[in-house]
Amino acid sequence: MSALLQEMSNRALRLGVPLSAQIDLTYRCNEQCVHCYLDHDDHGEMSTVEIKNLLSEMAEAGVFILTLSGGEIFMRKDFFEILEHARALTFCIKLKTNAVLVREKQAARLRDLGVESIQVSIYSHRPEVHDAITKVPGSLRRSVDAIRFLRSQGLKVVIANVLMTGNMRDHHGVRALADELGARYTLDPTITPMMDGDRSILDLKADVSELRTLFRDEAYVGNAEEFCAPPPAPSEEVMDSLPCSAGHTGCYVSPYGEFYPCVAFPLSCGNVRQQSFIDIWRNSDQLKEVRSIRLRDLSGCSQCAHGATCTRCPGMAFLEGNMRGPSTSDCEKSFARTGIPSKNLLAKKEKPASARLVQIQLVPTITGIRLSGMSNAVITLGA
Amino acid sequence: MSRKLYVARSPRIAARKLGEEMLVMAAQGSTLFTLNPTATILWQAADGATPIEEIVEHRICSEFEVTPEEALRDAEALAQDLAEHGILLISEEPITPKSPVQEQLRQ
Repeated sequence: MSALLQEMSNRALRLGVPLSAQIDLTYRCNEQCVHCYLDHDDHGEMSTVEIKNLLSEMAEAGVFILTLSGGEIFMRKDFFEILEHARALTFCIKLKTNAVLVREKQAARLRDLGVESIQVSIYSHRPEVHDAITKVPGSLRRSVDAIRFLRSQGLKVVIANVLMTGNMRDHHGVRALADELGARYTLDPTITPMMDGDRSILDLKADVSELRTLFRDEAYVGNAEEFCAPPPAPSEEVMDSLPCSAGHTGCYVSPYGEFYPCVAFPLSCGNVRQQSFIDIWRNSDQLKEVRSIRLRDLSGCSQCAHGATCTRCPGMAFLEGNMRGPSTSDCEKSFARTGIPSKNLLAKKEKPASARLVQIQLVPTITGIRLSGMSNAVITLGA
Repeated sequence: MSRKLYVARSPRIAARKLGEEMLVMAAQGSTLFTLNPTATILWQAADGATPIEEIVEHRICSEFEVTPEEALRDAEALAQDLAEHGILLISEEPITPKSPVQEQLRQ
């Protein structure tokens, strides 16, 4: 994040402004990725009018950076109508897509509409690997062709490479492909449980030894010794810091109007079909609770050696059953990085394995992996 | 008689008011800018139809203690600066969606 954007985020926090938001326009998708935790059926998506009204309310509330994602955004026939409305409201628009439906015509239109960036999911440079993950033959070729169309229009493209067991060896190939295409590159080893509580897809995630190798790859982390150094003790300032921007300056709305602190944090705070966006943002009890949490309030994490540097995702912690608790996948990343087990991992070692953790809330499912578009070759460790 | 100068907000930017300042991002280069209150007034009034002299006279001189000459000089320099960053369009003719300056953006 640039210093200016950080300064603006701090100001938004002081003013209580939702500076950034994500709307998933649909959960329908033309790919069936093995690691996706969405239910792709349509359970009553917001209409074009409802989404346009929501966008107007968001602009009024101060949302500046708007991410449109899914599902697959181009599955909505009214996608460009929605996008035009959003641009007329002068949002800074980021898109997340598999780009399978993007050809020259769509790329030119995105350029004319002044879209800031387009994030495209690519799992491997090898068709047999990528297409096996998406379960759509020819999908890598379609997505790569689309990236060429987008780049030829001068658009900024970010290739998002989710890592899992099936493509763990291919990240250098994807990165080289990104370089060839003039795209930025991010990779993320995070796999998220299904929203109905099914954690079986977590079997796809990279194990600690694979993460360890990744975190020592200087092509991604810069100075590996520095990156993997033992964490410093958390200062008082860190203990009083916020876990992440979820619910503080950022939020998420599902295709069904459900309002969450973040796409990866499915705590329902209201529904924009029943309440105005700003009413939920200002008055939701759930959001107030999320905003009250500081590092010193976290059970286990507040006494953990990794407190100062952990990338703990409150949404993943929530999915484990306690938004004030640890996120085990982030504990594993901290362990893989430094070789020092977190307090949570040590506690798990002492106790026999407990019953399977379940997602408690019955909420509409939310979209896949959280992938942050940052600078070239950035590993996304968490929020 | 001096030439008239028209200014219009570029259609390729994103913008939002945050407190007293305006956040502006040009799609090209993804560079973020903040406009101070004076620049924000100029930017908001840049409708392509109102000459910059009128904007200065009616929107800036009425708000700030500044002479019209000084305000116009500063506003023109600011407009030039914003135009160089792709945030504002400048023309000696009124700027409409069909103006040559808008057409250039589409190429």
